[in-house]
Amino acid sequence: MIEININGLKYNVEENMTVLEACKNIGIEIPTLCYDERLEPYSACRLCVVEVEGKKDLMTSCSLKVKEGMNIETHSKKVIKARKDILDLLFSNHPQDCLSCEKSGDCKLQDYCYEYGIEKGSFAGERKKYPIDYSNHFYSYDPNKCILCGKCVRVCSELQGTNAIGLEDRGFDTKVVAPFDKGLSKSKCVSCGNCVSVCPVGALVPKNRERYRHWEIKKIRTTCSYCGVGCQMDLLVKGDKIVGVEPAMESPNNGLLCVKGKFAYSFINHRDRLKTPLVKRNGKFEEATWDEAYKIIRNKIYEIKDKYGPEVFAGLTSARCTNEENYLFQKLFRAVIKTNNVDHCARL
Amino acid sequence: MTNSIEEVLDTDAMFVIGSNTTENHPVIGSYMKRAKKAGAKLIVADPRRIELAEYADVFLQIKPGTNIALLNGIMNVIIENGLEDKRYIEENTEGFEELVKTVKKYTPERVAKICGVDPDDIVKAALIYGKAEKAGIYYAMGITQHTTGTNSVMAVSNLSLLCGNIGKESAGVNPLRGQNNVQGACDMGGLPGDLPGYQKVVEPKVIQKFEDVWETKLPTKPGLTIPEIFDGAEEGNIKFIYIMGENPMVSDPDINHVKKALENLDFLVVQDIFLTETAELADVILPAASFAEKDGTFTNTERKVQKVRKAIEPVGNSKADWKIIIDLMNKLGYEKKYINPSEIMEEISKVTPQYGGINYERIENEGIQWPCPTEGHSGTKYLHSSSISRGKGLFVAAEYEESGEVVDLEYPYILTTGRILYHYHTRTMTGRVEGLNRIASKSYVEINKETANKLGIYDGEKIRLSSRRGRIVTSVKVTNIVEKNILFMPFHFAEGAANYLTSNKLDLIAKIPELKVAAVRIDKLSS
Repeated sequence: MIEININGLKYNVEENMTVLEACKNIGIEIPTLCYDERLEPYSACRLCVVEVEGKKDLMTSCSLKVKEGMNIETHSKKVIKARKDILDLLFSNHPQDCLSCEKSGDCKLQDYCYEYGIEKGSFAGERKKYPIDYSNHFYSYDPNKCILCGKCVRVCSELQGTNAIGLEDRGFDTKVVAPFDKGLSKSKCVSCGNCVSVCPVGALVPKNRERYRHWEIKKIRTTCSYCGVGCQMDLLVKGDKIVGVEPAMESPNNGLLCVKGKFAYSFINHRDRLKTPLVKRNGKFEEATWDEAYKIIRNKIYEIKDKYGPEVFAGLTSARCTNEENYLFQKLFRAVIKTNNVDHCARL
Repeated sequence: MTNSIEEVLDTDAMFVIGSNTTENHPVIGSYMKRAKKAGAKLIVADPRRIELAEYADVFLQIKPGTNIALLNGIMNVIIENGLEDKRYIEENTEGFEELVKTVKKYTPERVAKICGVDPDDIVKAALIYGKAEKAGIYYAMGITQHTTGTNSVMAVSNLSLLCGNIGKESAGVNPLRGQNNVQGACDMGGLPGDLPGYQKVVEPKVIQKFEDVWETKLPTKPGLTIPEIFDGAEEGNIKFIYIMGENPMVSDPDINHVKKALENLDFLVVQDIFLTETAELADVILPAASFAEKDGTFTNTERKVQKVRKAIEPVGNSKADWKIIIDLMNKLGYEKKYINPSEIMEEISKVTPQYGGINYERIENEGIQWPCPTEGHSGTKYLHSSSISRGKGLFVAAEYEESGEVVDLEYPYILTTGRILYHYHTRTMTGRVEGLNRIASKSYVEINKETANKLGIYDGEKIRLSSRRGRIVTSVKVTNIVEKNILFMPFHFAEGAANYLTSNKLDLIAKIPELKVAAVRIDKLSS
């Protein structure tokens, strides 16, 4: 442990930490746009700058390691002014369509502009004017809203390992592109959506059929229902509908998902869902009440069991259902119908 | 998995065999690529040049069904070079002499011929695995779905024991389970010979314990596996089947046989969230709630019991599966009621030793990996850390045997099947997601370019594939992912379903069907 001073108070922090991490642990919030604890420090947005005694320039706290006796100011006048200038620059070259932007309410640029009192961009001049890339089936990319934090590019290469996108050109012309700027559909993109999940602004957004505002939704933490990895994720719920999925920053997936976990949720509220019991009469399915359906099944079980005994029954339980349901299903067959003929698709 | 998913990130060597990880377990696949970037070695063995092959230090493009030969060959080289973990073998294992005798016959040259690979690559793979401090083997259905599936798993286990890779972090024997809760369904006794916690129905003490808790008499004769159930149904010995959340009319081998079996029943109940191909054959269909509409737990491939939470009310008049089963149990005279899934878990933890310390309160924020025998136990990150659960690790020497079905003049190609990234199992869910259908909407078969040229078949052409059991029409995808005499089909699609062709020949121990090898012929539609 070493001792450092932050905003006039002494703290003992672990060696090898960055100033940003140390502040986070202590509970001092420093704004960031390009920082992600899973990625290498990038120092691109410069919003996390702090004042360090003895240093002429402001330092990016995401890449600055703590040192014994360090004197740090996280919210000095100089720091605030710098952050305001950065936000002003970003917002001046931003579409400023927060009223209709899908990301409104969940946008870090919007939040920080509010926090730092940036009401409008004061830098007049040329603005980005790029076409929006709608070519991916699950998300769109609007380079005009991109703040070039590079999180999408780094998540794609450092975490997802796909390397579908990169940063092209320099300075004002820099933008995130698929190889040769031929559009996302022509790239190696596997539509995992991990770039969409980390985009702090409205540049990368899911193509939603359901429109919603972020303050209208609640988030329910759950386990993905596709493969055996068991990714943790939040279902975004508006009323009685699932309108989106976000990965949880938890083990085992640590903020990652695949195309199915992230985007393949629309089956839940699909019009084809079975909504009532069906009973086949004369070769055709007819709607029935639960009581009718239960009664038919019960009578059939009694009838067949009386005639042939329990060994002619078999149940296929489900690798898609919960533990509790599987437990009850085998219990139904063993304890009630009295046969061990119960199996599931473990071999498929 | 003996080990945990995130341990992949710290491994020294990964041996991926019979698993297309980046497509079927994408997040684990991304961890593997990260580990490789950080310096770990990667060995890939698969009949297809899958994405991971591009990153591999050694890629062995083996003929389907030759896993045991390859694994024995690798062990042969390891022993020849003295790379086995002698101390670990001495202290922790039995049966080593027998293994040495068996694998001695599997020289790289002989194995190379069986598998269709370069002998030098076998040596290279063996040296990588043998020299690594911590090496993990990752496998899936490419190992198990063979008539020699059980022996293949034994061979995997032998290799791991040979180098002392059991009971060690970032190593181990790691089957990647395909479905969200296939681990849990097994744990919960969804198997004909096992009550919850793999407690055998043939053991009187076990039966006594369950009879005491469930307060009823229980049957002691082991039940039938799915293939046996369908055989029984076709023969008329099974009269009533109740299928919950499963679609064998697409997922099971030899669909013509499955159909005959289900149509021959007196009564079929299907409980699902959609009107599946299987539900079409039912007498009664019960509408179930999806995972978003109920509480419960899934157990993932690393044995972690994690919460599933209700986000919305069941759609329409559907009901959570657990409620339906309780209703039926009660209607059939079993009076116990459960108010919520948490109460069911309480009973599970009472009768299932591995889940003994698991309750909803404990897993509220993070799941727990079984075994977790008591409430004071924090769960198990990797298995066998102090000792192997049976006392000593047993080498079970396995010989290579040919697949249940081999090619001949009439059926000259080997068809192997699997999943793709953009669909899941029988597409009941993913088939209703527009974006996924735009990427992959219909059945296809991968055919090597040379083979396609030889037969005068072009990319996208519709052709007929036939096996000894059925025939289908499907579209051709010309690709060099597969070798000349091998075809690959995803089994997701109901129309032109691969499983009309597949064989229901079984591994005699695990009763797993040989879905990875079927002999087929290709015919042009015009001929």
